[in-house]
Amino acid sequence: MPDTHALVNDFLNKLKKRKIEGSKATAKLTAELLRSVISQQRLPHTNQAGALIHAIKAIGEQLTAANSVEVAVGNIVRRVLHIIREEDVSLTTASIGGLSLQGLSDDEEDNPLVSAAAAAAAARTTLRPPSLQTLLEDMPPHSAAAAAIPHSSSSAGDSEDKTKSTDKNSRSRKLKHNVIETVNELIQEIATCHEQIAEQAVEHIHQNEVILTLGSSGTVIKFLCAAKEKKRSFRVFVAEGAPRYQGHTLAKELVSRGLQTTVITDSAVFAMISRVNMVIVGAHAVMANGGVIAPVGLNMVALAAQRHAVPFVVLAGIHKLCPLYPHNPEVLLNELKSPSELLDFGELSDCMDFSTGTGPPLLHVANPAFDYVPPKLVSLFITDTGGHNPSYMYRLIADYYSADDLVLQQRPTC
Amino acid sequence: MDPRRPSRVIDPKVRKVGFFTPGPPPERTRSSPAATTPAQSPISNPLSPVMIPPARHASDNLSRAVGVLVPTASQLHVHPPADSLQVGSYTLSDSGFSASPTRSPSSRIGIDGEFSEDSANWMKRDNSGRFAAAFPTGGPDLTQAIEASNNEDGGDVAKEPSQKNSKPLKAKTTKAERRALQEAQRAAKASAQAPAQTSKPVKQANQKNDVSQLASSSVVHEKKGGDKPPIKDRKKEMPRTRMQFDDKSRVEKAQKRSVIKQTEARNRVELFRHLPQYERGNQLSDLGSSFFQIDDVHPAVYKVGLQFLAGDIMWSNARCIAMLQAFQKVIEDYSTPPEKTLAIDLSAKITTSVSFLNECRPLSISMGNANRYLKARIRKINPAQDESEAKTSLCLEIDHYIQAKIVLADKQIVMHAVTKICDGDVILTYGSSSLIEMIILHAHELRRQFRVVIVDSRPNLEGQQLLRKLIEKGLSCTYTHINAVSYIMHEATKIFLGAASVFSNGTVYSTVGSACIAMVADAYRVPVLVCCESYKFHERVQLDSICSNELGDPNVISKVPGRKKNCLDDWASKENLQLLNLAYDVTPADYVSTIVTEYGMIPPSSVPVIVREFGQELY
Repeated sequence: MPDTHALVNDFLNKLKKRKIEGSKATAKLTAELLRSVISQQRLPHTNQAGALIHAIKAIGEQLTAANSVEVAVGNIVRRVLHIIREEDVSLTTASIGGLSLQGLSDDEEDNPLVSAAAAAAAARTTLRPPSLQTLLEDMPPHSAAAAAIPHSSSSAGDSEDKTKSTDKNSRSRKLKHNVIETVNELIQEIATCHEQIAEQAVEHIHQNEVILTLGSSGTVIKFLCAAKEKKRSFRVFVAEGAPRYQGHTLAKELVSRGLQTTVITDSAVFAMISRVNMVIVGAHAVMANGGVIAPVGLNMVALAAQRHAVPFVVLAGIHKLCPLYPHNPEVLLNELKSPSELLDFGELSDCMDFSTGTGPPLLHVANPAFDYVPPKLVSLFITDTGGHNPSYMYRLIADYYSADDLVLQQRPTC
Repeated sequence: MDPRRPSRVIDPKVRKVGFFTPGPPPERTRSSPAATTPAQSPISNPLSPVMIPPARHASDNLSRAVGVLVPTASQLHVHPPADSLQVGSYTLSDSGFSASPTRSPSSRIGIDGEFSEDSANWMKRDNSGRFAAAFPTGGPDLTQAIEASNNEDGGDVAKEPSQKNSKPLKAKTTKAERRALQEAQRAAKASAQAPAQTSKPVKQANQKNDVSQLASSSVVHEKKGGDKPPIKDRKKEMPRTRMQFDDKSRVEKAQKRSVIKQTEARNRVELFRHLPQYERGNQLSDLGSSFFQIDDVHPAVYKVGLQFLAGDIMWSNARCIAMLQAFQKVIEDYSTPPEKTLAIDLSAKITTSVSFLNECRPLSISMGNANRYLKARIRKINPAQDESEAKTSLCLEIDHYIQAKIVLADKQIVMHAVTKICDGDVILTYGSSSLIEMIILHAHELRRQFRVVIVDSRPNLEGQQLLRKLIEKGLSCTYTHINAVSYIMHEATKIFLGAASVFSNGTVYSTVGSACIAMVADAYRVPVLVCCESYKFHERVQLDSICSNELGDPNVISKVPGRKKNCLDDWASKENLQLLNLAYDVTPADYVSTIVTEYGMIPPSSVPVIVREFGQELY
């Protein structure tokens, strides 16, 4: 399959060269890439889902290695894996249900009721992440269910082999078809997440509110403009967001929509925050603990907001939700950009060069791209599925990802 | 109960109570703050501390002479001659008393200053407050005071105004008189009793001269305040409440006076209406071209003003020294015009120079303090002194001020601060401060092994200058911008910050962004050392960075370095868009671990002590 290979390589190059910017664009491109990979993937007759998962994981590993900071790539890969597993399970349960309803053709099951219950339980256990309720509901038919439907989907393939032999062709096509359909839905979801978030704007912004934001994010622009369109009048302080000064773009955009906008320097954030009602910012990624990987400078803003008891609201599409827990995120989930954004090279470049001077260079220029905002500083996440507490993030993750996919790098040996 | 406490509460109220002016003052007596309602019938309720104020007026002195039966004295005896009567009433008692009114102007000056920004007056106020507390009980209504006798001191004073207690009593008279004079000045504006009032200041002045010889026993600060020019002139030079630029009438007046033509900025930031927001850019050329039309500004001052306007001198110490040296030249070239006294005329001249500089760029707090010092010195010039002698002494004083308060203080601070830099330290500093630079370089000279992190921010990017200087000296540096401070804070072991001023509630007024650094440092548990000469300390208190600040040129915000085309180039044409370029911010005291001054390292809570103990010796 040379086509997908070329596509993947092309995407990898773009990621490595940082030609794709912004988590939304990355997420969308990743999803589209994976869709084409899936559609061109030739599936074996047995263990189709396993094969598909294997293929996607292989690509996912490459992609995340290409740009480890752009966690949206990994998120989407995991989402797609989750989709495959889900579709597989729903197909399996449907077939099991169908079989058991047809009659007692299956050797393994004596009692149709039990098998139906087992199918339902299987659907629950695989579709829903484990919770106390599922555990309790599972109790009566537990032994049967355990025998009939294995929990993990990796072994679901084995059950497929046993249970289904007649309609292989139609099923293989069906799995692929279903997966692609759901991936399309995912792409759609990514595309509309801004609107979904923006719809909630009026619920959070009141008349004469003073809002502070730093840098620029597509979500924030949409959010503020949506509130403005609904006839809210409020005032926005925009910190310019050195060293990229995206705040200027944001300010221009807001002014063109007729919002009262004041551009301040990043250093004036602490001075102005006492007159601000709410801080609304975008995020680069949301980690499982509710911490935020955000454009550089936001930790400072969050600290200032906390000091003055100003709500710190983070807007993030679900595709930014990363199922990993951060460890030393300031360093490990960060990226150092070119010093040229801070300093003209001119006279100082000698000092920065390792090759010319003796010993280590005198001058280091630190220009990180991201900041880590710990969950305790975040008041609220507004996602396309509604508002959530930072402490709820781990639960959301269980809805969108399956636990088997969390680690993409260490691929299970097949 | 400690007599001082009620007195302090009373003190400001008292000053509102007038008795000289015919019209408003009685009303004021009545309408003075809610607590004073009993004050309308002062004698009926002697226990209440708030009834005391009316008792301290000259009219009450009168009433003492007359008898106790005049509760509404303050309304009845509101005629100007009360002034003379009042003096008379005191001269009756004894020598201690007789000296007292003469000493009054000094403390009055102090209290006048309270309204504005006179740091020295913390001390004065405190004293006078205490005296005032002792006084009322010994005041007009002796019997009742004794009856009340809830405070022993007061009782003593009342019974035997002996030599020991003469001081409080003296202060009392000064206080009463001062109040009288204030009222008189107000009345003068109304011009109802013009002749009566004009005569009074002159008399005060005369008496004052007597005092200067007489007052061997008086408190130091009172003595210092002793030789001051008559009230009318002094009133002018007193720093008033800061100019609020949303006050239209005052702004208009100021604009009439101003040398530089200023046009109001179009997109003003609503929150900062009270600060000057003028169009930039054309001032410099305007000022340059109008050089020959400006008479009353000395060329040296003019030059410094241009430098301020152009931003050539940025550091507050440098600005302060430049200003003082310009004033030195003004003083050198000064000759007293006939029929004028040096003290009055020169200080007027300095005042115009100061306001000129203020128009070029709002004065920093340190400069305000220096000005106050200079004016206090001018005021203290003995009129009998030879003019050239006075001038050289003034110039010497200025030199001394620069040396002692800035140069030597810096050296001392460097000595203190350098002890906090150890081997292996990573010193984080923000922007550029001359003092921090000296500290770092000195530590480097001492061969301490440490690294420096320079955090910088737009729009001034001062940190780059510091970076170049440190790199030249071979220090290992890390340079970053303020947004990345959370990233770099892990590395830092100590934060050194400069300050434009330290207020008496311990907040540090400093280059905008310092508060962010201190806040992040606090979050990461890194100690913050603020280095500041004590001449920059100010008794003002401030909670936020909005009430008092300086606005820089908004245009520089729209220009991003290294970009040819900026998004906000045409910002002025968009009415919804404002650019805010704050110059300072206020760091809360709890973020500051220690303040390094020439007196040593102090916690922020000790700033008012420094202001009080060392500020008063200056003014």
